[in-house]
Amino acid sequence: MDRVESLSEPKSRSHLGTALLVVLALAGGWAAFQHLSGGSSGVGVAGYDWDFGVLWKYRGLLVSGLLYTLLFTVICVVLGLIVGLVTGLGRLSSNPLITAPLRAYIEVFRCTPVLVQLVWFYYALPVLTGLEMSAVVAATLCLSLYGGAFYSEIVRGGIISIDAGQTEAAKAIGMTRLQLLRRVILPQAFKKMVPPLMNQSIMQLKNTSLLSVLAVPDLLYQGQVIAHDTYRPLELYTFIAIAYFAVLLPITIWAKRMEYGARSSEV
Amino acid sequence: MDGPLIEISNLKKAFGQNIVLKDISLQIERGQVVAMIGPSGSGKSTLLRCINLLSIPNGGRITVGAQTIEFDGARTALPNERSLARFRASTGMVFQHFNLFPHMTALGNVMEGPVTVLKTPKAQAEAEARALLSKVGLLDRADYYPDKLSGGQKQRVAIARALAMKPSVMLFDEATSALDPELVGEVLNVIKGLAREGMTMILVTHEIGFAREVADQVIFMRDGVVAECGPPSVVIDNPRQASTRAFLGRFKASSEAAGVDAVA
Repeated sequence: MDRVESLSEPKSRSHLGTALLVVLALAGGWAAFQHLSGGSSGVGVAGYDWDFGVLWKYRGLLVSGLLYTLLFTVICVVLGLIVGLVTGLGRLSSNPLITAPLRAYIEVFRCTPVLVQLVWFYYALPVLTGLEMSAVVAATLCLSLYGGAFYSEIVRGGIISIDAGQTEAAKAIGMTRLQLLRRVILPQAFKKMVPPLMNQSIMQLKNTSLLSVLAVPDLLYQGQVIAHDTYRPLELYTFIAIAYFAVLLPITIWAKRMEYGARSSEV
Repeated sequence: MDGPLIEISNLKKAFGQNIVLKDISLQIERGQVVAMIGPSGSGKSTLLRCINLLSIPNGGRITVGAQTIEFDGARTALPNERSLARFRASTGMVFQHFNLFPHMTALGNVMEGPVTVLKTPKAQAEAEARALLSKVGLLDRADYYPDKLSGGQKQRVAIARALAMKPSVMLFDEATSALDPELVGEVLNVIKGLAREGMTMILVTHEIGFAREVADQVIFMRDGVVAECGPPSVVIDNPRQASTRAFLGRFKASSEAAGVDAVA
């Protein structure tokens, strides 16, 4: 069992490496082909005149957009984790007056598209409540609640996966419910929760790109502004895709490694 | 203190329509070792779990030392969580499947109750925990995590963990049933040592030979009632009830068969 796991890790990492190489090789080949054929014929797409200098010119906006995206992700992940922890623990109550509304909240946010939720929070909620909300506030509220709904299920699943004997043993030495949760259940459940929480947080970062529809100045929004300004959508949107990729790839690899760590320490 | 340490009166427990304990009354003196035997499903484990309130009875009264709790299934007027926890802390429980905390070392497992529940200072709790581990013969395993211990070692750590709360009674729920045969002895020896020190104990067990050796009182349970109760020389050697004779007869037959197997 141990052998299989220790073997499969480097193997899957080399799969990832191969995939990356293939993508890069294809991109490089395609660029070379474009360059050569562009030089000879100069027709249509083949004749596109690349200008990556535009990225440098607008570097200030792009960097601020990227920082905004990262900051927004951190805020929404932290708030979402708090919401998820509270609602996930609440779902474990035996009182249906507590569990039913929480269940409803989770299903509403899990079963509607996040883009619809964003638009609803910004345009519809103020009409309903009479409270004016800035785009940033509406987006924070929405993405935190959306993430919280998913985190909540991860928290609940992690806790109910812990053997009932642990609860009994903790009660038998006289622990109250809060003590056994804090000292016995959560430390064990947390280990199991980390990999899915990481994956969900990666989704959260990608979801922040939807903020651009509310004109929140994140990476994608800044890119759109510059593209309109310069008529350089190809360079800008390619750069933006690469920027997301460059941020997320190391995090994904790290999350994967944590997953192996959590699984092998369980044996 | 005069009078019995543990007094159970008219205890009833049902899971839905299934009545598991019917009107059980028992008295256990301080320092006594009581073995509960009987066929599976007779309610002996449930009775043990009711004594430290892991299962909440539907009726009757339980007294352990100075603490008394009455149960009235209809009103479920249970004491609050804190006094339930205090009641449980005064009874040590050892489980069939050990239920050690896997994220703590053997030492951490034993210290956990005193530090978290009793608020004992860490240094004092650690000294006491080391003394208990040495008592169960595992001082050299103090820094091991449970997954690096054998079944017998786990169960001995679990006994030390329960003792760390300085309980007035120790409850053993089939403490050796999940162990490989060659590891049973080391756990039984620890229990014997506790008996010699005068620890009050209730053992749910299938080890009839051990029950005869260590128990002052044997309770034979059948279908949720105490069918027979008395010293082992009566209940095990000369049972008065036909059902007790049938159960012990089957037991003798199967242990003889096992003996034949071992020879062959």
